[in-house]
Amino acid sequence: DIRYNFDRDGFTIVDYRDIPGRNVVALIDEDQPSLAATRVRHVAEPILLLAHSDRTRLAAAEIAITCKETQPNFDPERSDVSFKSIAIDKGQLDRGMAGADVIVEGEYRTGHQEQLYIEPNGVVAVPEDGGVTLFGSLQCPYFVHRALTVLLGLPPEKVRVVQTETGGGFGGKEEYPSMIAGHAALVAMKSGRPARLIYDRVEDMLATTKRHPAIVRHRTGVKKDGRLAAMDIDVVLDGGAYATLSAVVLSRGMIHASGPYRCDHIRARGRAAMTNTPPNGAFRGFGAPQTQFAIEAHMDVIADRLGIDPLRLRERNALRPGDTTATGQTVGRDCSALQVLREASRRTAFSKKRRTLSGSNRGIGLSLFFHGSGFTGGGEVKLASKASLALTERGVQIRVGSTEIGQGTRTMHAQIVAETLGIPYDDVCVSVADTASVPDSGPTVASRTCMIVGRLLQRCAEDMRARLGRLTPAAYWKKHGGFVVTRQYEKPPGLEWDDETYRGDAYGSYGWACDVVEVEVDPVTYQATPVAFTTVHEIGRAIHPILATGQIEGGSSQGLGYALLEEVVMRDGKMANAQLTNYIIPTTLDTPPMTVEILENPYSHGPFGAKGVGEMPIDGPAPAVVNALRHAGYVVSEIPATPEKIMSAALKRPR
Amino acid sequence: MRLNVNRKTVTVNAHPLTRLLDVLREECGLTGTKEGCGEGECGACTVLIDGDPVNSCLVPVAQVQGARITTIEGLGGTHPLQRAFVEHGGAQCGICTPGMIMAAAALGPRPSLDEIRIGLAGNLCRCTGYSAIYRSVQRAGKR
Repeated sequence: DIRYNFDRDGFTIVDYRDIPGRNVVALIDEDQPSLAATRVRHVAEPILLLAHSDRTRLAAAEIAITCKETQPNFDPERSDVSFKSIAIDKGQLDRGMAGADVIVEGEYRTGHQEQLYIEPNGVVAVPEDGGVTLFGSLQCPYFVHRALTVLLGLPPEKVRVVQTETGGGFGGKEEYPSMIAGHAALVAMKSGRPARLIYDRVEDMLATTKRHPAIVRHRTGVKKDGRLAAMDIDVVLDGGAYATLSAVVLSRGMIHASGPYRCDHIRARGRAAMTNTPPNGAFRGFGAPQTQFAIEAHMDVIADRLGIDPLRLRERNALRPGDTTATGQTVGRDCSALQVLREASRRTAFSKKRRTLSGSNRGIGLSLFFHGSGFTGGGEVKLASKASLALTERGVQIRVGSTEIGQGTRTMHAQIVAETLGIPYDDVCVSVADTASVPDSGPTVASRTCMIVGRLLQRCAEDMRARLGRLTPAAYWKKHGGFVVTRQYEKPPGLEWDDETYRGDAYGSYGWACDVVEVEVDPVTYQATPVAFTTVHEIGRAIHPILATGQIEGGSSQGLGYALLEEVVMRDGKMANAQLTNYIIPTTLDTPPMTVEILENPYSHGPFGAKGVGEMPIDGPAPAVVNALRHAGYVVSEIPATPEKIMSAALKRPR
Repeated sequence: MRLNVNRKTVTVNAHPLTRLLDVLREECGLTGTKEGCGEGECGACTVLIDGDPVNSCLVPVAQVQGARITTIEGLGGTHPLQRAFVEHGGAQCGICTPGMIMAAAALGPRPSLDEIRIGLAGNLCRCTGYSAIYRSVQRAGKR
């Protein structure tokens, strides 16, 4: 029952009956309506859209909506609806367990995390010639383009999506912009006027997607000397109320769940379960931070049980070139697990520090981790991304659907093109990510913008170089006029993936990294503060070392927030601390000095050897922090490791 | 009401309780000042009022009549801090950058690392982890 307790004059009011196309936010599964028709599954589900030219009148409008309530479920383990289930089997678990000397079990939990881009989600829709042009703060213009054609029932050429300068994304502007773009477009189409929809911070935090909470259980068979004999892993992700990207988040999480380790016998089971909170979705790392938190915290539990140094345990088990991952992928010469581990421990004098800090309020911990670059499995083949280079009057123009969201897309792409063409950097310009003028290069996600799209641009530049002959772009333009070259993704030879059995080459390449963090615990308040942070990242090739370092420092800082500060408090399925006053992200004073070292072990199919870098940094800090806490005497297996959790660990400690 | 914004006198026609942030963005067209939270936590809307950094989302415009207001546009684009943020990766997505630079500008010419950390503690950046911002502020001071 809906009651409008205000004068509706001058208002545009839209509900589900105004949707000309299909009432879905088109993504993977088309289960999420743009506007609820008869039932809502979570507190932030959109029902009605109100628009007015006067903001004061809009703010004063009051609507009463009465719903009949049924029992909601907020516990993913009690949910009987799974958006996706995944099984990975390698070798024979029972045989592996039978050969183990010790079996170590553990349960690890991670909470929601809000992306907290400083610019909230926002779009402007402009009605044009029976269609719509949408300007927005977003990562993936073609995702929004598709969502709008489906919702509005328009042919592709009637919808144009233009990315505006975007104040941060981190995954939070991967799928959610499709939702509000639809809303603004519906208002614009109905009113015949431009419509602006910008979430304020509270709305953004209440309604938009967050990192999936996870429960991960490990049962690991190990030999006395520390070798991993068998790994039994169970993963549950809280998907929230609609499927969004949960299936692929789970997929990446599962593939990274056994960590960068060699083990012949692995059984991993995972599911993304429906609950009645707002849907969870993409966030930098995409499932891998949750599962690698679990395995890396578990490795220190194993080390303790066996009485082995955690560094030695990882050295013994780290993947080497020629070893196989959980999905049976043979890692090549670009595997650097051992190198990053040894370099990080050498730089920090890890073992010595561990001895000297023993018994103090400080602890030191490390984490070894990896991150697959590009879409998982056959994803890149399905995407079939394109990139173009145009020779124009003003020079060489890059035309890609990839977006600049702060990670340096434009700079790095222009460098790749300039270097390949042998022309000055300033002679290359980058087109706005506008679906009317750039091809679909796939979404700007999954650490793929350099390795995949950058490689396509390198190929385009090679083609353009061949066509230019000995001429400069300007000389060629004068003589022959302009032209456009386009390249489409081609699967590197030998890369095979079977989505049915989850066997094969899950990613073209992996980055490898090791974090070492020193944490000090205040014995009175139980507040843990990271005081020193060192990371070694192997990323193939740093196209722009300053920008690559910025990705690593920034991602690590978000990871430290995930580890210690960032707690989404859910009450009755609603975020209770949806504001920056009490959802705490790291400030300058919470972020320790960082030492970043980049190693380069080139990937043969990346541009100049580059792999992905954007996401990997967020995988490592949380387990390193928890391992440092463990070293300091506080056994915590759930993040964020707030003072309350550390205090309860202290109380459980044998005296 | 008359305001002194970036050394120019401007006349605005706003309710006295309108947030300075909205007056700057919507009446003065100075969109370099950003809104991140609207509650004084993120610092994206930092401007200088008589040389002091202030969150413009918390200031009713009536309070700044007669004061000198400086926004990022007032630095002109060639300020050493602006150059240094570009060269040393102090800006990634850029949304916090105007506020960050205004807060840094209030620190004086050669702040120590501790002064920078404390001085910028009211400005949130989600991209950089702050290290590149410290480098930028320090290098700007060395020019």
